[in-house]
Amino acid sequence: MKISREDVVRVAELAYLDLSETELETYRAQIDEILEYVGKLNELDTAGVEPMAQVLADDQTADATLREDTVVPCGIAVAILPQAPDPDPPFFRVPKVIER
Amino acid sequence: MSTTWTIDAVKEALAAKKLTARELTAEFYKRIDARDAELNAYLALSPERAYAQADKIDGLIADGKALPPLGGVPIAIKDVISTRGTVTTCGSKILRNYIPPYDATAVTRLEEAGAIILGKTNCDEFAMGSSNENSAYGPVKNPVPLDRVPGGSSGGSAAVVRAGLAVASLGTDTGGSIRQPGALCGIPAMMGSYGRVSRYGLIAFASSLDRIGPFGNTVKDVATILQAIAGRDPNDSTSTTAAVPRYSEEIDKPVKGMRIGIPRDYFGEGMDSGVRDKVEKGIELLKKLGCEPVDIRMPHTDYAIATYYIIATAEASSNLARYDGVRYGLRIDEPTLLAMYRKTRGAGFGPEVKRRIVLGTYVLSAGYYDAYYLKGQKVRALIARDFRDAFQKVDAIATPTSPIPAFKLGEKTNDPLQMYLADIYTVTGSLAGVPGISVPCGKVCGSLPVGLQLFGPAFGESRILQLAYAFEQAGAASL
Repeated sequence: MKISREDVVRVAELAYLDLSETELETYRAQIDEILEYVGKLNELDTAGVEPMAQVLADDQTADATLREDTVVPCGIAVAILPQAPDPDPPFFRVPKVIER
Repeated sequence: MSTTWTIDAVKEALAAKKLTARELTAEFYKRIDARDAELNAYLALSPERAYAQADKIDGLIADGKALPPLGGVPIAIKDVISTRGTVTTCGSKILRNYIPPYDATAVTRLEEAGAIILGKTNCDEFAMGSSNENSAYGPVKNPVPLDRVPGGSSGGSAAVVRAGLAVASLGTDTGGSIRQPGALCGIPAMMGSYGRVSRYGLIAFASSLDRIGPFGNTVKDVATILQAIAGRDPNDSTSTTAAVPRYSEEIDKPVKGMRIGIPRDYFGEGMDSGVRDKVEKGIELLKKLGCEPVDIRMPHTDYAIATYYIIATAEASSNLARYDGVRYGLRIDEPTLLAMYRKTRGAGFGPEVKRRIVLGTYVLSAGYYDAYYLKGQKVRALIARDFRDAFQKVDAIATPTSPIPAFKLGEKTNDPLQMYLADIYTVTGSLAGVPGISVPCGKVCGSLPVGLQLFGPAFGESRILQLAYAFEQAGAASL
């Protein structure tokens, strides 16, 4: 077994994801099978291989060189706030974060 | 009125005043009204916007002005691409009422080129899936045989073009999500090179893989649309500064003498025998066109699915952290902030998305990062090297797009790994960043379309478009 129920509980906690008991077990079994399959990567010797962290070569994007750090006003608050579940212009309101 | 319109046909009909852009738009909405209840391919329509644009085009014609490249062409947009003022759900409950305050650059560019945006197409939730059965708004049906899936994740975008409910559409491809539904619905579908098309306004799934690209009824239409949306965008730092060739003007350049790599590694077990037969016939057709098939090896092909599902889920777990019930979308009210996050995300995401968030968080977590994520990034480099090595010897690579034709709805929903394996031939090019097109290559079992996939080197879209065009013109769809 690659992944335990406790692992799934821990990971769901890290991802702030509420999972039911049934979901926990279903995902554990399915992810276990996927990780088993993914294990085939260990057949490959990757010592000395640079991880591919970039897709484009450096000369293919304009931002390969540093751009000027200039402030550009975007003025979109008025358009964005109505999308929020609980707006209090110009703020987003959230439940209590700190207990007193 | 003909069912299948091409971009050229639309522009000719409008220029000859056989009908107005407004009438054409109305005709498409009439078709959608009549047919979409059965297909479930559209999630939202934007008639106000469409008619306003149609009137603009009709104004140009009345003034005797030339039509822009996509003047009056009705186009549908996958629902993971932002459209100002039109609800954009990503096929997810968590964004059920989300109305973007801005347009994706690809959408802006289509409209600037004269296109009429009809509406938004159904897709797998956050583009995660290969059958369109992961949409919170129900599956899309394949217009060819209705009991089959259209492929995914851009199933709606493929279905509307195939069914004549749009002339063309935009989809997104992360591991095969444009090419595979194109193959399963029997239409050309293309993913340009990584960086070719701006992703500004594309709601992110896996940022090192996501690409926007077109579906059309013809290869030329696909070329015209790619040309309209491609090119540098200051709002997307990953969009390339490389110049955009005139894909559609160059589409009929000769392909004789092109060397086509046939990777033996793509023709192993798991491929449907009917698909194999059609693809082999397709390769024969390429030979008749004067191309030279060359046996090549791409030794890391077999590791692509494993690599992809590490990298894609890792990036997804990070990208999807933004859905927290604070700024947009669903919120489940709870007395504390953390409980609100957990409940909102638990209630808003569907099963496949949750599975991928858990897997992606796991492969990035302390103690597992090196074994999974870093290992995946290294194997990704080897897969990219397979492509670079191959393109030293050949001009293009031909493979099947999908190992199997369209499968029955519900057939694979209980087995995520089997579903993932549907992407076995497409994920390689996604990981390598190269462009790929799927083009119809006959049918099996009477009506199920097969696709031939053509890969080119990075920013080598022109040649594979020319090859796909010659292949299509030689009658490949009825092989």
